[in-house]
Amino acid sequence: MIRMTDVFKEYANGTKALKGVTFELNAGEFAFLVGPSGSGKSTVIKLLIGEIAPSDGEVIVNGQDMDNIRMRKMPYLRRTIGCIFQDFRLIEYKSVYENVAFAMRVIGASSGDIRQRVPYVLELVGIEHKAKSKPAELSGGEQQRVAVARALVNNPKLIIADEPTGNLDPARSLEILLLLKKINELGTTVLVVTHEKPLVDQFSQRVIAIDGGRVVSDAMDRYYDYESE
Amino acid sequence: MLWIGITIMKVNRNRTFYYLKEGFSSIFAHSLMSFASVCIIAAFLIITGLFIMIAVNINATIGDLEAENVILAYVHDNQSENDARNLEPNILAVPNVSHVVFISREEAMESFIGRYGDTDRYRDLDPSTFRHRFAVYVYDVGYIVETQNALRYVQGIAAVNANPAIAGGLRTLRNIVSWISIVVIAVLLAISLFVMQNTIKLATFERREEIAIMKMVGATNAFIRWPFIVEGFILGLLGSLTAYIVTWSLYDVAARGVAEFAGFIRLVPISSNITVQVILLFVAVGFSVGVGGSGIALNRYLKV
Repeated sequence: MIRMTDVFKEYANGTKALKGVTFELNAGEFAFLVGPSGSGKSTVIKLLIGEIAPSDGEVIVNGQDMDNIRMRKMPYLRRTIGCIFQDFRLIEYKSVYENVAFAMRVIGASSGDIRQRVPYVLELVGIEHKAKSKPAELSGGEQQRVAVARALVNNPKLIIADEPTGNLDPARSLEILLLLKKINELGTTVLVVTHEKPLVDQFSQRVIAIDGGRVVSDAMDRYYDYESE
Repeated sequence: MLWIGITIMKVNRNRTFYYLKEGFSSIFAHSLMSFASVCIIAAFLIITGLFIMIAVNINATIGDLEAENVILAYVHDNQSENDARNLEPNILAVPNVSHVVFISREEAMESFIGRYGDTDRYRDLDPSTFRHRFAVYVYDVGYIVETQNALRYVQGIAAVNANPAIAGGLRTLRNIVSWISIVVIAVLLAISLFVMQNTIKLATFERREEIAIMKMVGATNAFIRWPFIVEGFILGLLGSLTAYIVTWSLYDVAARGVAEFAGFIRLVPISSNITVQVILLFVAVGFSVGVGGSGIALNRYLKV
């Protein structure tokens, strides 16, 4: 599903963000990617969704080598990945329904399929009653549920959530993570990037810790306490 | 095979409908930027259009002056009026001659007396003092000397009178005005394109986040681009039509004012070909700025 092998990334300004990252995430797995600010988490995410290319090493996502993928093939790969971000990234002038339906329109789904699938997914994330609302009319937790629904609607093989709880209170954060866990139990691989230790501690899951551009820990049910070590 | 064809057609129809719907709804969703884009496009086209009309009118006025600059071809004294009139086809056969007006001795005399006004003094003037003549109008005053020389060789023509100095002066003036017009219109169009392009760039910049979201969910560049192109097309068209209506309304007001207060100046009528040319120019600029501008402005956000 995801395989990063000895990945290096140096930006144009000389910043060495990754210094030999290696980890693998298999189909159906759920994992947290943790680390302090500037550790390289965001660079990992950018590499996984094809926003940037590695300087060295190999990044494989859903069977595709991200360094050799043609630009025109990138959209088709992205359709196999559901992305969730801290700032929700919803289109402001579209309703909740339209925001989710949009992801289906992109892949050329028929109107009939959209009418069937979108209400189902909205119900799955518990936001069906707000289908006609605009993002600005929703709370942070509700907006993130819409983002989860959008990530989910095309039945992706992999969901990558980049600090999905960063803008939410603890109760809403737990709700979102429980939702992602539920999605994982339905068969989707989930990688959650976060730096919220208390939240990670509530789940007995694999935790990959990254610090200084290197994987410093990769273990089940163990948050790597980078501040104390 | 047929089923695949029908499916492709259905998908394309759905897509086309979606692009049109998105393009239209986006105009209303970003109403302020849409309004600003239409205003900017319209404002610059109005300025350009009004200058074009000024240039066209100056050109037309010089053209009128040129047209009045006729060659007089005098007929031999020994020719009767009928013989003289029969020379008309030979004169018309001379290159650059557009049309001729026959002036008999009597008419020439009346014109002479009318010009000097003192009817008593010329009461006993004999028409035979004058010659039958042709007022010869030319297509291009630039060749007035050549035309004058050619007329001299027409049998029955005794003398030819022209004023090449005035013709040359008008021609030079016309050339200067034409070149200044072309340069000013080109500069105005260039500035318009630059400002309009930047307005569209700004509008696209406002929506970079939206474009990033589209890319994130796996939209192809074409899928992102088409609604923007539809939107740009509509805004460009609205801008050019607004400019067209405003330009002609202003021109109409100006034409009425000129007719009332300066009747001797003749403005080119609105119904002439120039309206078609100007609206075509407006639509071409509006279209290229709207469609091309949004297409180019999008490029930098699509390279992800």
